[in-house]
Amino acid sequence: MAEILTRTRARNIFYGGSIFFVVIFVVLTIQSHRYIVNTSTAGAPLTEEVVRGKEVWEEHSCINCHSLHGEGAYFAPEVGNVMTRWDVLDDPDGAFEVLKGWMESQPSGVEGRRQMPRYDLSDEDMRALSEFLRWADQIDTQGWPPNEAG
Amino acid sequence: MKYQSQQVALAYIACALLLFAVQVLVGLLAGWIYVAPNFLSELLPFNIVRMIHTNALVVWLLLGFFGAAYYLVPEEAETELYSVRLAYIQLAILMIGALGAVGSYLVGIHGGREFLEQPLWVKVGILIAALIFLGNITATALRGRKTAVTNVLLLGLWLLSLLWLFAFYTPANLSLDKMYWWFIVHLWVEATWELVMASVLAYLLLKLTGVDREVVEKWLYVIVGTALFSGILGTGHHFYWIGTPGYWQWVGSIFSTLEVVPFFLMMSFAFVMVWKGRRNHPNKAALLWSLGSATVAFFGAGVWGFLHTLHGVNFYSHGTQITAAHGHLAFFGAYVALNLAFFTYAMPQLRARDPYNQVLNMGSFWLMTGGMAFMTFVLTFAGTIQTHMQRVVGEYFMEVQESLSVFYVMRFGAGVAVVIGALLFIYSVSVVRSREIIEPGPMQAATGE
Repeated sequence: MAEILTRTRARNIFYGGSIFFVVIFVVLTIQSHRYIVNTSTAGAPLTEEVVRGKEVWEEHSCINCHSLHGEGAYFAPEVGNVMTRWDVLDDPDGAFEVLKGWMESQPSGVEGRRQMPRYDLSDEDMRALSEFLRWADQIDTQGWPPNEAG
Repeated sequence: MKYQSQQVALAYIACALLLFAVQVLVGLLAGWIYVAPNFLSELLPFNIVRMIHTNALVVWLLLGFFGAAYYLVPEEAETELYSVRLAYIQLAILMIGALGAVGSYLVGIHGGREFLEQPLWVKVGILIAALIFLGNITATALRGRKTAVTNVLLLGLWLLSLLWLFAFYTPANLSLDKMYWWFIVHLWVEATWELVMASVLAYLLLKLTGVDREVVEKWLYVIVGTALFSGILGTGHHFYWIGTPGYWQWVGSIFSTLEVVPFFLMMSFAFVMVWKGRRNHPNKAALLWSLGSATVAFFGAGVWGFLHTLHGVNFYSHGTQITAAHGHLAFFGAYVALNLAFFTYAMPQLRARDPYNQVLNMGSFWLMTGGMAFMTFVLTFAGTIQTHMQRVVGEYFMEVQESLSVFYVMRFGAGVAVVIGALLFIYSVSVVRSREIIEPGPMQAATGE
């Protein structure tokens, strides 16, 4: 094998093979992009409220404690299905009320329990956040998570 | 050290070590918050602590890579750096950006995409620094000798800089956002960074073992070939549950399983080169770190990655402490240990003296590696229990976490060992003691028994 695989051949295989896999990856990415827009996230409209809600989610770096569709910090509960867990997925007003009630009761101050900081959101932002979480919950995630616990 | 301009690497290493200390100390704090959740909870919430821990890690690793490039490219190309001044300007921008980011996190200014929390001005600064670097190092490489080590290193650094452009693209659609976010996160650590790792490792083995360049470079191309062939489509193992099509479950499972191959090859490469090499290089600590890096990377990135990469397994284990276990050992083995191998090799040369504090340095290797291994084991146990209780039985997150507390106490203990090891390492490369703490034994020609 040492004679067949020279350094030059190894180099050519590396460059040629890498280009080949990059091309496949780009094609699959384009297809996935269209699938996301047209199919998996198309169950509910991407409203201005949802867009604002994502910004609220980002400005407070919620992802560095919580996880969202399994990605994040694992220090606090999964929120990709929190609206299902709270049974308010199809109830925008209920979702807003439960989320507001929950966030305003934080931090709990209970000794030995993980503490969520207090975030004073305006009603508008709170509503945007609950709409964002409802929107995230309706994404077709191939059946994940396995159960309501998230 | 043959070229005066290689000296800039010293400043990069110093800054990297500073951020390394920040990273592990803040990591220890995060580990303590898991044990005592009320600690600093109002003043410094966990999300801020974690941001500093991860960001400091990424920046110091990049500083190490840049430093390594500035050290080895002149020697490989057999020419002085194109511009020493530009290299220092680049470092200044990166340090102002890194410290500025930490400062702004502490006052509550941050974006919210994991690992990309930096304010926009810091992101732009990183881009400018990357452009300065690419210009400077490419100009150096072009006017000198071209070797496989520099080709692969520069390709890796060019591609990772280009991928950084995705940091500026934040789609409003969460699933799209996640998909392109992985273009940075996955294609850095499981593709382009592997190019950097393999080329720096090849350089170190070339120097430490004296094996023929032709052999080393052929290995290098084979390793990076398998890294990209598996790693690019291996991105699919992040596309199982984020709203991307179902076929990624098969593409991701198959190709990410193959991601074990480059890490196995790197480990084999390191040991075969040492076996074949006839050179008795005096820097034993650098050799230990080089072999250790390749070995721990194989277990952390390869074995622990495979552990939860098949989609049938990942359906249950996704986003549990299993991921945390894998993440810690993979980063330590592949990128932390590799950088420390390079620092250990380069520091005596940069200070124009024989290798020093080798016993302390090797002690720090075992403390850090032992601590990281222990941490990985306890988090794996915690993750296994979590997966069962939460994903199979369906108990709620917080109740499950409470039953895992004993593992978090043990993880904190492991973290203490890692921090002591890290501080010992920093001491051993920074402070030159007049002699080793243990006298070396006499050289003896031994016959095989």
